[in-house]
Amino acid sequence: MSRVRVLVGTRKGAFILESDGKRERWDVTGPHFGGWEMYHLKGSRADPDRLYASQGTSWFGQLIQRSNDGGKTWEPVGNKFVYDGPTGTHLWYDGTPHPWEFARVWHLEPSPTDPETVYAGVEDAALFRTTDGGQTWHELPGLRTHESASSWAPGAGGMCLHTILFDPKHRDRIFVAISSAGTFRSDDAGKTWRPINRGLRSEQIPNPTAEVGHCVHRIAMHPSRPGVLFMQKHWDVMRSDDAGESWLEVSGNLPSDFGFPIDVHAHEPDTIYVVPIKSDSEHYPPEGKLRVYRSRTGGNEWEALTKGLPQRDCYVNVLRDAMAVDSLDACGIYFGTTGGQVYGSADAGDSWAPIVRDLPAVLSVEVQTLP
Amino acid sequence: MIRVVLPAHLRKLARVDREVQLDVEAKATQRSVLDALEARYPMLRGTIRDHVTQRRRPFVRFFACEQDLSNESPDAPLPDAVATGAEPFLIVGAMSGG
Repeated sequence: MSRVRVLVGTRKGAFILESDGKRERWDVTGPHFGGWEMYHLKGSRADPDRLYASQGTSWFGQLIQRSNDGGKTWEPVGNKFVYDGPTGTHLWYDGTPHPWEFARVWHLEPSPTDPETVYAGVEDAALFRTTDGGQTWHELPGLRTHESASSWAPGAGGMCLHTILFDPKHRDRIFVAISSAGTFRSDDAGKTWRPINRGLRSEQIPNPTAEVGHCVHRIAMHPSRPGVLFMQKHWDVMRSDDAGESWLEVSGNLPSDFGFPIDVHAHEPDTIYVVPIKSDSEHYPPEGKLRVYRSRTGGNEWEALTKGLPQRDCYVNVLRDAMAVDSLDACGIYFGTTGGQVYGSADAGDSWAPIVRDLPAVLSVEVQTLP
Repeated sequence: MIRVVLPAHLRKLARVDREVQLDVEAKATQRSVLDALEARYPMLRGTIRDHVTQRRRPFVRFFACEQDLSNESPDAPLPDAVATGAEPFLIVGAMSGG
């Protein structure tokens, strides 16, 4: 029977949750790297026992850990992230130019085909890659040196590159998203990039329809249909049917279109999930009710999924990298909260149960479906 | 022989359970001690001082002989008691945050 392994990064360590395909009983291990901020962990699809983890603190900086046995043991690998060439400047909060400074790795995206190759999205926004299993990291500088980069500015969480998507049908196409610069696409394996933000509208910036400057919180795609992208922007849920050339709002009947994560059902490319959050100044669910919203129509028409989720006095947040889906026949979906709960659903969101309730604040959730 | 005490997180990272003893052939300075420490434990590179600038990370402090040496020149001689191994060189995570 297939198994699932859920990789959870928290403010104070990493946890691994494992279950058989029924997803009813869970074994929990951790904390791994107790006391460290674990921004993200992700496994290689090419070798599911190969895991990578971003570990850090303000005291001791960035580390990268690698496991070759599914998270039982770990070894530190290379942690030297140095921008390639002159760093240039971006805009600081006060509008003055500010040199690019490496702060942390937000997201690790292993190559779908090579367990030694991993892409890293970092703050201040840039894309790095290793081809030797994490021992050395090299920037793909075409993104950071894009002609618009001097006008990029950090969001409240820092100027982070937080989403990396590979297009399974166009080998050299990569999508990334940066808060708060927007979404970018490369069609030449990361050498050159262009912004793909037409159709986004952000009232919080001087020109609401500017080419860059949008606070994109997350983008997602279904691998069978990589030309269709879904986006949770700071405000607004968006959809593109042309690989990002243009976007349309699909917020529809959501109670709030502010939020962080967005994900796609493993087997239904038009079934998508978001977690509405009341506003950017409150960062908790509307009415104290934790609700995942599902659209089976690729947006616009949304239904609240509440069974098993707290429907009163709930004031947690769900961060951008803290939702994931498994690929079992009955698609499982998982998310973690800043209150330390990880909820799972083994029936595509119809019902939910907490897998763990009392972890540190959850920063990221990823799922591996194992044979 | 120079004795170095690491903070708990870095002891765990380096997989040591007590103070580290280093043979430093050059004059004992912050730089020569940290160079020797990182040569023995490469996983500590970047955690105490920046990879490129080699400057001390802001929330890391260096103490020895009841003195705060954090802002001394990295090439200044360490106290004789550290150089002879009578006293340890303390690498400390600053008290801050939660």
